[in-house]
Amino acid sequence: MTKRGVHIAVNNLSHRYAARGPVTFDQVNLVSLPGEVLAIIGRSGCGKSTLLHIMAGLLPPTAGEITIDDSQVKEPSPKWVMMFQAPHLFPWMKVSQNVGIGLKFANWSEDRIKERVEKTIKLVDLEEHAESNVQDLSGGQQQRVALARSLVMEPEMLLLDEPFSALDAFTRAALQKDVRLIAKDLGINLVIVTHSIDEAVLMADRAVIMAGSPGQIEEEIVVSLPEERNAQDPEVQKIRGHLMETFRRVSTVEN
Amino acid sequence: MTGTTTENPTRLKRSEWLQDHILYPSIGFGILIGLWALGGWLLAMSPETSNFTKFGLLPTLKAVPGLISSGYIAEHIWASGYRLAIGLILAILVGVPIGIAIGLSKITEQISNEPFQLLRMVSPLSWMPIVVFVFPKWDQAIIFLITVAAIWPVVYATAAGLKKVDPAWFKVSKNLGASFRQLLSEVIFPAIAFDIFTGIRLSLGIAWVVLVPAELLGVSSGLGYAIKDARETLAYDQLTAMVVVIGILGFILDSFVARMVKRYSWQRDL
Repeated sequence: MTKRGVHIAVNNLSHRYAARGPVTFDQVNLVSLPGEVLAIIGRSGCGKSTLLHIMAGLLPPTAGEITIDDSQVKEPSPKWVMMFQAPHLFPWMKVSQNVGIGLKFANWSEDRIKERVEKTIKLVDLEEHAESNVQDLSGGQQQRVALARSLVMEPEMLLLDEPFSALDAFTRAALQKDVRLIAKDLGINLVIVTHSIDEAVLMADRAVIMAGSPGQIEEEIVVSLPEERNAQDPEVQKIRGHLMETFRRVSTVEN
Repeated sequence: MTGTTTENPTRLKRSEWLQDHILYPSIGFGILIGLWALGGWLLAMSPETSNFTKFGLLPTLKAVPGLISSGYIAEHIWASGYRLAIGLILAILVGVPIGIAIGLSKITEQISNEPFQLLRMVSPLSWMPIVVFVFPKWDQAIIFLITVAAIWPVVYATAAGLKKVDPAWFKVSKNLGASFRQLLSEVIFPAIAFDIFTGIRLSLGIAWVVLVPAELLGVSSGLGYAIKDARETLAYDQLTAMVVVIGILGFILDSFVARMVKRYSWQRDL
């Protein structure tokens, strides 16, 4: 599979939901390199989810712009797909139908859809459940279907909005590892919005901390760790501690 | 495990199914038929009501074969069925898009709510004097009345269905590149098909109830007309036979739509 990461640039981005409403975030600047896993950490209400929605083209910014490989994000595209906290699968469909729905929207032939869907379902380890109704799956399996539904479009960028926060600890750890590995293997960009420091350390190449009201990017930390990351490793603990300390400092200043 | 529960589970399931779907409904129908037979017997017992004994079970059953073989029942079923089908199809074709517009747009809901609630409360048959002036043919007038009667359940069931739709499905579909047409065909309709069919089931019941009185006026065909005709010729056995035919047909139609409701239901708790 060809590597398809992109250069993402967030330039002076500002947002407010209503013309006279409060500013969600102001003058945000951010860059992500091709194939990078970027985590955006922040407390609830700092605007990190809104930033992700704008990156996906699902919300327009009030000012500023986002460019992906020099083309401006103006509308949603299957090239930059978002995954949410809940999988939001279509419950009347089987796993394979859910995974292939984006290809159906793109008017692919049945045969091509089948071929690509089979490959993608294998990638997320759900071959046994391909013909099951999604309502028969566990929460973790459903989130894997949502991941496959995003990956089947061969996106350049995957945007994850706290996608594992509703899962149990074991399922969450397995998915964090698998999603990072798949993204690295495909060479795509991952942008993860999370309020979990652990998740950022285990998944990201770089973490930025958003804080304040209106939200700002306050700090940026490079997570230079090997591919195999274990929460108990001293190196992981060290970066976790550093990130936690920075997060506390930024939050204290904010308060 | 107790010593007595060694029965095969498949067999147990089958006996439960037979009990629920055959035994209990048969008992219900048996009671209904028994009450009818009792009513006929009571009519026959009193000299004051003995002229009406033809309403009873046996005279009615005797009349049915003749009505079937002469093609009388088929002719009137065809006439009523045609009006019902066209009226219902029009109600669905107009009602579903209006329901979708109300479900998707708060403004459409606010604009339409009061006028629609007002119109919904008008008895469909009260339009009769107006529609006979507006439509050149009685058939058209009856179809209009059926449409007016049947449209509201379709509109409101569709709108209610859309309100239950997870808004994130729209977001996900948009993100995966769905056009509005694809959003309708792949997401909205499958998501609310259950609600639409529930609305159609209610509409069918109302349309069926409106159809018969609407056919009592003006037309010279249909089940309502057949009842009127039987009454005027004092053929009470035929009249009751037509009432039974109306009941059976309504039951069959309702069962069919109920099957569609079940077929398109994706909610596991239903």
